Amino acid sequence: MPDLLHDVIFDYTLRNVALGSALLGIVGGVLGTFAVLRRQGLLGDALAHAALPGIALAFMLTGSKTSLVLMIGAAISGWLGMLLIIRIVQDTRLSEDTALGVVLTVFFGFGVVLLTYIQHSNNANQAGLDQYLFGQAATLVWENVVTMAALGSVALLLVALLFKEFKLLSFDPEFGASLGFPMRGLNVLLTSSIVIAVVIGLQTVGVVLMAAMLIAPAAAARQWTNRLGVMLALSGFFGGAAGVAGAMISVTARRVPTGPMIILCVTVIVVISILFAPERGIVWDSLRRRSLRRDALARGPEATA
Amino acid sequence: MTVAAKHADAPVAVRDLTVAYRETPVLWDIDLTIPEGKLVAIVGPNGAGKSTLIKTVLNLVPPTSGTISVFGKPYEQQRKLVGYVPQRGSVDWDFPTNAVDVVQMGLYGQLGWIRRPGRKERQIAIECLDKVGMADFAQRQISQLSGGQQQRVFLARALAQDAQVYFMDEPFAGVDATTERAIIDVLRELRSRGRTLVVVHHDLETVREYFDWLILLNVRVVADGPVETTFTLPNLQAAYGGRISFFANAADAGLASSVESAAGD
Repeated sequence: MPDLLHDVIFDYTLRNVALGSALLGIVGGVLGTFAVLRRQGLLGDALAHAALPGIALAFMLTGSKTSLVLMIGAAISGWLGMLLIIRIVQDTRLSEDTALGVVLTVFFGFGVVLLTYIQHSNNANQAGLDQYLFGQAATLVWENVVTMAALGSVALLLVALLFKEFKLLSFDPEFGASLGFPMRGLNVLLTSSIVIAVVIGLQTVGVVLMAAMLIAPAAAARQWTNRLGVMLALSGFFGGAAGVAGAMISVTARRVPTGPMIILCVTVIVVISILFAPERGIVWDSLRRRSLRRDALARGPEATA
Repeated sequence: MTVAAKHADAPVAVRDLTVAYRETPVLWDIDLTIPEGKLVAIVGPNGAGKSTLIKTVLNLVPPTSGTISVFGKPYEQQRKLVGYVPQRGSVDWDFPTNAVDVVQMGLYGQLGWIRRPGRKERQIAIECLDKVGMADFAQRQISQLSGGQQQRVFLARALAQDAQVYFMDEPFAGVDATTERAIIDVLRELRSRGRTLVVVHHDLETVREYFDWLILLNVRVVADGPVETTFTLPNLQAAYGGRISFFANAADAGLASSVESAAGD
């Protein structure tokens, strides 16, 4: 264990992996909190899948596999997916989950077609693009971490500044609109921040499993607190911890894909939270119910007699 | 009536308003002038457009045609004069927050962008909770409040807005007797200070007791005016169509006399 700690600090790859995974976990956890509270659990899933064609197109247009180039492609594509979802919900009679489903599958399908086309072209440079499906933390270099930190700071700063406005948007958007806040604009801003969170995580966790990094930490955090500020912090912490733990296991064990490993770690946190959180945990809940029933049985006959 | 002197124009004036969702008109050719300092009920059957009328005035629903003014100007210029109590069911009460925090949202408009509520806002919020008899519940997680208590939190949030005219969407729906009493007391207190209260209401039995002014709505305005002359059987029949049976209760609430007075007109 001390060896691992030593390596995390002094080994180039391990340090990048640890920092990158912590960043994706923190930003995903914080922004995911709003998605979960607004009952948009699948939003992150749709946006992550919508990013795939952007990655493929960025590579086709530039011939570069630099992660910054691919991130920009992913961001543009994810953002277009977001605008499409918002427009479908506003302008058609389709419900939000339908809009999410449509955008997710259409963009992902297109992305897979493009990836397949690239693989079958004779471009020797193309190997490795498919890591964006399930993530590969070992490929993180220092420049990636810096880019992730810069993007993540923008998203977190927005949440810090607009905490009150985002709370209003999540709890009672109509009331917010009656106060004069531009709720549609705030919705675009918040969802754009979620796109940022997705883009940060793609290289490490991958398109397919990124949604879990938005939903799972927030779902776990909700179990422990009744305050939004605490929930945001706790969710960021859970996400960061799971990110670091999963990525470390993945890198040290070799040949274990990072995304699934991180998801397994965050799942452990979720399960513990659902079972044992003080107020909302189902273990305490069923214990309380059992003791209530015992009391009722003990007292019942006398009370009725 | 110093407040009336301050505002030469009516709290709400609606001219030729039509609202349609797709091809279906929800509100048709509405003309209304709501007088100041009154407790105003909007009454009508399901689908009459009661909530839509309120939301259109608050600019939450775009009008298809027509104009609305609040104290003589468009709503955008008069936001600070307007308070809003949405339907209780319109939000998720499992949201991680407590009662005093929800009430402080009524001050967000005055705070403007980015600034967070502080000690002063918290104090105002607790005073507003006290007015609805909920001061002891300030720290209570909102999911642990009863339906009536949640409704009173919403009312306290509107009080924090310190508005001249309030719009309330079914504040009496599904609340206990204590809450109903607390709400009507607050509404009367606001009226005594010259505030105007526009309330979507569904309980015909209490219209006469609670309100001064009545708007009977069924897509069109069927009738509007003082409750004494407007709350009549012919008007109710016109608003609710042929469904007479439940007017037996309304008749108990003094409708019979109003029918006679209407016949005398």
